[in-house]
Amino acid sequence: MKHILSQHLGKRSSLIPFLQDIQKEFGYLSTKAIDELSRSTDISANEIYGVATFYTQFRFSPPGEHTVRVCQGTACHVRRGRQILNEVEQQLKIKAGQTTEDRKFDLERVACLGCCALAPVVVVDDKVHARMTAKKISSVLSQYKGRQTRKK
Amino acid sequence: MTSLQEAFTKARIQWDKLQDSKVPIFFVGAATCGRAAGASEMLERLRGYIKAKSVDALVIEVGCLGLCYLEPLVIVHKPGAPRVCYGNVGPDEIIAILENHVLGNDPCAQWALGKVTAGELEGIGDFNEHPMLRRQVRRILRNCGLIDPENSYHYLARDGYRGFLKALEIGPGKTLEEVKASGLRGRGGAGFPTWRKWQFCRNAPGETKYLICNADEGDPGAFMNRSLIEGDPHAVLEGVLIAGFTLGASQGYIYCRAEYPLAIHRLELAIGQMRELGLLGENIQASGFSFDLTIKKGAGAFVCGEETALIASIEGGRGMPRPRPPFPAESGLWGKPTVIQNVESLGNLPLILNNGAKWYAQYGSESSKGTKTFALAGKVERTGLVEVPLGITLKDVIYDIGGGIPSDKVLKAVQTGGPSGGCIPAEKMDLTVDYESLTEAGSIMGSGGMIVLDEDNCMVDIAKYFLSFTQEESCGKCPPCRVGTRAMLSILERISAGEGEMADLDKLETIAQTVKDGSLCGLGQTAPNPVLTTLRYFRKEYEDHIEKCRCPAFVCSQMISYHIDRDRCTGCGACARICPVKAISGEAKKPHVIDQHVCIHCGACLSTCPDVYAAVYRRSGELTRYEARREKRDKTN
Ligand SMILES: Cc1cc2nc3c(=O)[nH]c(=O)nc-3n(C[C@H](O)[C@H](O)[C@H](O)COP(=O)(O)O)c2cc1C
Ligand code: SF4
Ligand code: FES
Repeated sequence: MKHILSQHLGKRSSLIPFLQDIQKEFGYLSTKAIDELSRSTDISANEIYGVATFYTQFRFSPPGEHTVRVCQGTACHVRRGRQILNEVEQQLKIKAGQTTEDRKFDLERVACLGCCALAPVVVVDDKVHARMTAKKISSVLSQYKGRQTRKK
Repeated sequence: MTSLQEAFTKARIQWDKLQDSKVPIFFVGAATCGRAAGASEMLERLRGYIKAKSVDALVIEVGCLGLCYLEPLVIVHKPGAPRVCYGNVGPDEIIAILENHVLGNDPCAQWALGKVTAGELEGIGDFNEHPMLRRQVRRILRNCGLIDPENSYHYLARDGYRGFLKALEIGPGKTLEEVKASGLRGRGGAGFPTWRKWQFCRNAPGETKYLICNADEGDPGAFMNRSLIEGDPHAVLEGVLIAGFTLGASQGYIYCRAEYPLAIHRLELAIGQMRELGLLGENIQASGFSFDLTIKKGAGAFVCGEETALIASIEGGRGMPRPRPPFPAESGLWGKPTVIQNVESLGNLPLILNNGAKWYAQYGSESSKGTKTFALAGKVERTGLVEVPLGITLKDVIYDIGGGIPSDKVLKAVQTGGPSGGCIPAEKMDLTVDYESLTEAGSIMGSGGMIVLDEDNCMVDIAKYFLSFTQEESCGKCPPCRVGTRAMLSILERISAGEGEMADLDKLETIAQTVKDGSLCGLGQTAPNPVLTTLRYFRKEYEDHIEKCRCPAFVCSQMISYHIDRDRCTGCGACARICPVKAISGEAKKPHVIDQHVCIHCGACLSTCPDVYAAVYRRSGELTRYEARREKRDKTN
């Protein structure tokens, strides 16, 4: 936290980069981090929340181990991206925007990842899976499920 | 720091050496789209093989050639032979190409798309004659897929920064004249003449001026800007320099969406290289012009693509638009005169300066000059990034370049301009692609998203899709936008659930007008376009939904019922097991039935029923649809 704070000294315009760095480091914006940020920048916590809640990027609870992002951009939509999302929701037993109970998966909807030519697209962590089908998605997800059990 | 002249010389030597390299080279398309298609795995195999067998070969990661549907793409340089571009190259194919072509005598024509350089090679034609490329004019994309985007020498060797040096030589006044003569209009959507915005800003009082490059690419279904930055970042940055110099700006910002990590990485690298080359900082190339650049990452809000919202976001606040005037060109970032320009608009500038306005305006129509990139996606055979002269017809783009509609389906419409644009129906495909004619048809040119829709796409659903997007993204500042988009969305939801009334259509039109007229920023002002164009061209489809409770495209799930054909069902039970609500029952080995009151219309049974039976079919209104696979089977029987 300290090195993040020391990087963008006191400029109001650094607020968003600040929040981005904190989220990158800790995975989310905790109350503690925001309080600390508020103290060292003289921007009230209220104001910080005001800015942070405006942008969909920021989250206020710890993320799951893997983040599954299902593209709902136009190109993916017209190639049945909605069905892919339904399928993932069913398999993980959560809705978009939620985290599985065991905190293994986050599920997010995103608008276009820039791979429209290969629609529909699903991203797990940083890996883009193109030309998804309802059938393919379960093998993709099980890859990640498998990986965790091995880790333990 | 190397002097720029020195760098030019070194770059030339390096580039020439690369052209007749004595070692084989693999140029692997490794932009985001290439990686998504499997380029990373292929690269890993290739590198592993080269290392294990000590093959003397070079691997260079390049940007996207635009033929995304054939990715992963590789251009292979074999000493003494013409370079060949291959498509659909997986880990196995790349090793085969290495063993058989590079180290052997078989050029692997079965995967070849064409020769990239001159020369003869049995069974392989010219890459430029590839049907997707033949009609294109690749100017902005001239380097994409051919140079190493992380090596500034490649850009320098391809006339890089010559346009900027030209601008320094002729001065800001003449540079502005040149851009004016070229007829360049903004590529971010609205098509505002670039020179005029510059003129305002130059005439605005005050010493400090800013330039912002808008790389937010908010249209959900477009990737032109991403591709250009990933494939040729210096082209955009040279444009930034030219604009900054003409405006007398001292600081530039690049506002890039956070969903594009690779693009951001390439920009960061390229900016570092510019510093090395003395193209950023104090007194650039002893011209007296000082300029610096900062990257700002977006945080996921579509409205931040709007100029005043973008400024608010850079200033560190909530990205809400404010009324204009004052226009940013007079009072923008921190109250200073600011010009905001789209990535592609900037990417055009080096070309204009280097080749002259006349050359630039060779292509294009009366009012729309030059070329424009489009992200071709949706129901079209050849998806990817294309660059065409403005004034080309939609038909040429979709059929000649795009190869038409896959699976013998029928074209229904083309969506341009994303959430701010509209759907142009199939019968209007003779329309030329320019700012005016697309606006006349009720859509807009937009930033370059072009989504092709076929008979399986429901126009009510498309309208609903865009409305739910804009409704979610509305910043909520003005009531017509905030409330109006929600009201329109709920009407559309009703219609697609089979609960609409005919009066709803007039209501939609009235609200649309209110939202158009009463909204502060472009988001609200254009949000009704998808609804209005679909109402204008596809009214019958709305009426079908309302009066006959039928969705002719079989998309609106509430209007679709699923049934099991008694004569085909063998009672295998696969559907009953998959149904999430247990709506399917029947004895083993006897035909099953679906309880329509329990069914939630998810369609799981349809996709689960084994191909050999294909017993599940759908109904919407009085329409019945069997799956294509079943018809195929019936035909062969
Ligand atoms: C809601 C909204 C979103 C926009 N999104 C973008 C965008 O993602 N990229 C872009 O270049 N322009 C976008 N624009 C247009 C910009 O506000 C602006 O007109 C453009 O960047 C100007 O550059 P140009 O003249 O080079 O086109 C958007 C406008 C609105 C109203
Ligand atoms: S039109 Fe919509 S998005 Fe634009 S300022 Fe008003 S409420 Fe915000
Ligand atoms: S619409 Fe899904 S990647 Fe663009």
